[in-house]
Amino acid sequence: MAFDVIASSYREREKEHTPLGHAVIAGISFGATGIFAALVGILYLFHERWIVAWVPEGAADPSGLTLGQSLLLVFAMWAGVQVARKTGEERLGAACLLGAGAGLVAGAVLCVLPIIMSLVKLRFMFIALTQHLYDMLTSGLGLGLGVVVLLVAGALAGAFGALLYRLSPRARRPIIYALVWMASIGVFQELIQLLAQQEVLDPIREWFFTWDGLRPQGAIAIGLVAAAVIAVWDTTRARLEETFVALPQGQQRLLHGSGVALLLILVLILFPLVAGNFIGQVMLFIGLFILMGMGLNLEIGLAGLLDLGFVAFYAVGAYTCALLTADSPYAIGQRVDWFPMFNWWWAMGMAVLMAVFVGVLFGIPVLKIRGDYLAVATLGLGEIVRVLVLSDFAAPVLAGAQGVLNIPPPYLFTGAAVDDPIELYYIALGAAAVAAYFAYRLENSRLGRAWTAIRDDEDVAQALGINLVNVKLLAYGLGAAFAGLAGAIFATMLTSIYPHSFQLIISVNVLALIIVGGMGSLPGVVVGALALIGLPELLREFGEYRFFFYGVAIVAVMRLRPAGLWPSAARRREMQLEEETRAAVEAQLAAETESGAASSPEGPAR
Amino acid sequence: MAVLDVQNLHVFYGQIHALHGVSLSVDKDEIVTLIGANGAGKTTTLGAISGVLPVAEGEVSLDGQPLGKIMPHDLVKMGIVQVPEGRRIFGRLTVEENLGMGAFVRKDKDGIVESRERVLEMFPVLKERMGQVAGTLSGGEQQMLAMARGLMSRPRVLLLDEPSMGLAPMLVEQVFGAVQQVRDQGVPVLLVEQNAFMALQIADRGYVMETGEISLQGSNRELLENEDVKRAYLG
Ligand SMILES: Nc1ncnc2c1ncn2[C@@H]1O[C@H](COP(=O)(O)OP(=O)(O)OP(=O)(O)O)[C@@H](O)[C@H]1O
Ligand SMILES: [Mg+2]
Repeated sequence: MAFDVIASSYREREKEHTPLGHAVIAGISFGATGIFAALVGILYLFHERWIVAWVPEGAADPSGLTLGQSLLLVFAMWAGVQVARKTGEERLGAACLLGAGAGLVAGAVLCVLPIIMSLVKLRFMFIALTQHLYDMLTSGLGLGLGVVVLLVAGALAGAFGALLYRLSPRARRPIIYALVWMASIGVFQELIQLLAQQEVLDPIREWFFTWDGLRPQGAIAIGLVAAAVIAVWDTTRARLEETFVALPQGQQRLLHGSGVALLLILVLILFPLVAGNFIGQVMLFIGLFILMGMGLNLEIGLAGLLDLGFVAFYAVGAYTCALLTADSPYAIGQRVDWFPMFNWWWAMGMAVLMAVFVGVLFGIPVLKIRGDYLAVATLGLGEIVRVLVLSDFAAPVLAGAQGVLNIPPPYLFTGAAVDDPIELYYIALGAAAVAAYFAYRLENSRLGRAWTAIRDDEDVAQALGINLVNVKLLAYGLGAAFAGLAGAIFATMLTSIYPHSFQLIISVNVLALIIVGGMGSLPGVVVGALALIGLPELLREFGEYRFFFYGVAIVAVMRLRPAGLWPSAARRREMQLEEETRAAVEAQLAAETESGAASSPEGPAR
Repeated sequence: MAVLDVQNLHVFYGQIHALHGVSLSVDKDEIVTLIGANGAGKTTTLGAISGVLPVAEGEVSLDGQPLGKIMPHDLVKMGIVQVPEGRRIFGRLTVEENLGMGAFVRKDKDGIVESRERVLEMFPVLKERMGQVAGTLSGGEQQMLAMARGLMSRPRVLLLDEPSMGLAPMLVEQVFGAVQQVRDQGVPVLLVEQNAFMALQIADRGYVMETGEISLQGSNRELLENEDVKRAYLG
């Protein structure tokens, strides 16, 4: 009873907030978020990256807008959005005023930081509180003026946020798209400039960019184009969709399919060609993870066999390739007289076979293990390979911690060596294409159906005549094949391999990319690898925060698109089903409470 | 000659002696029910017959052929098909795909199509729902689907574990009607049930199980009129 009273009075109070109260609460929360970002060091890290930058006449340092400043503005904006939403204020002017209030409060909260910093030295506790951060927060204008800037900027951003919230989607979307595109292109300007490193493009590039960021004119141009494109798209979309839906099913699928294929071809085939070695390297890495993702997808996505030891197969592939081809005393061909030295292509085949063999061996001890225990068991098995390689016992054969060096590149039939990242990337891409075809065929085969069955219910699968032992071992073996292939490419990519290249984190990465991409979905693997392997590579300069963003990205995807970025048809159906069930249950509960309340006016009966 | 014949079956769970010499048989064209209290060993008996549980002693024969140690999936191919308790259909597959899974062991495409026609005649409710995701079927429909799926492999004998579990009385009647259909189509049924009264209504013969042993057997009439059975199971 006491609880009821507290709960209901709390609810009352929640309702009682005045609009101004909402503004203060929103402002405090987002101001505090800003302080948090500053304390952990992310804010200044972001501040080092320009979005819009130009060098004024005669000045040495650029001025403009940094990512860090934008982040603070976004916080203030968000505070404005919150107020507008919480109060439900319909009048535009009033909403904007409230938003300004919230932004002002957020700015005021943030002001606390430079004020404290000017009074006491807190660096012994928070190493992120540097003079640089102080300069950033006060805009380099000293405390008095700096605080004014924070307050005014906060208020303006808050009002802008409230304004955006009140606008119709028609008007809002172009603005948001313009801002997002400006920010993205500004953040990745280095990369884009790298790509546009062609003489013909130089004037255009220089019109848009300085060496630090976007020029204001460039930013405005991009914003306008983005806004225009989205506005046109929004107006024509309905009509386009109508025509599209009017087409017969087959043509629809064809159109959709060819659109997606075109995009994939552009990104995967042509992009690295123009992109240079750095991007080539990143793409090669992505390619390796696409291969591994497709393998693990057979195990987890299709057969439902959780496997945290997947890296072992990668290692087996890499070591097989290395020991068969390397110009090293550990190579089998150099230790054993009659044993030939392999070229890379044959070694790759052997790597795949070895991986299959190890995969099947790996599967045997875990055949009867289910669920969570499977995760632990495979985790252990996966570590075994690495520990074995490191052991004194195997060191004479497998080279221990020193690793196997001098792994040669593949040679084409023309005799040319394939040794730069972009060329190797095309080998990886070819391998991935073949692998994707196999994975696709497997998915739709009898074996694929058996995997689906054991994933959904092992006992029933057995009762329907599915041979659990064969089917599971095939899942491990075939899944391992893909990792073995990736391992062989990895070995020649690095030209030397060490046991510490095969840590648990690789298994975790592959698993994460499958989850983010969408369990059991082949295109999901590609999308997941691009997002989770590609982006962090591009964000390398954020250093130790890389995994923080990684975590944020995963959580965000799981919240916003729980079935993954590109879910398989079956998974989409399942999510829909869950959604429907939940809705039905909620509706029923609501109906029950309603009727309960109606039948007993004095409150719920005990 | 009985289609399914079980002689003196012993099963252990570790040290626990769960079945102490169970013998029973199922003839063609009959529903035989196995009733008994919770934990009597009914599910264990089915598991031993379908090869999922190791048999310590005793023998199972199909059409007079002793089976010996055969893997469960091979037993399915030979025609011993179990429908596990608890309506375990593949919830995210469609009804049609579920039926397809049922025919997993078969490769004769034409035969599968024909079996499907026949199964759908037996369970007309499923016919209208072929494209529906199975998880959205009602409880009774799900049980029908589970049985239909079992029939898709063209069994010699169907082992049903508590098909009435958790269903409203009206649905139980529907499901049991379907079980009779199955028998009338020439597939004998071994029906494990807690709902002894309903089971005996449709069965031809019955066995009563107590702590791992068959304590009583007879025709449905005899069991329905037996005083012990009445007291223990029919209330
Ligand atoms: N996996 C197991 N490990 C150990 N003991 C088990 C196991 N499965 C069943 N038993 C035991 O074997 C006995 C028979 O169980 P069984 O499941 O066959 O009963 P049942 O007649 O099907 O009961 P119910 O009507 O509740 O389904 C019970 O005492 C049970 O506790
Ligand atoms: Mg049981």
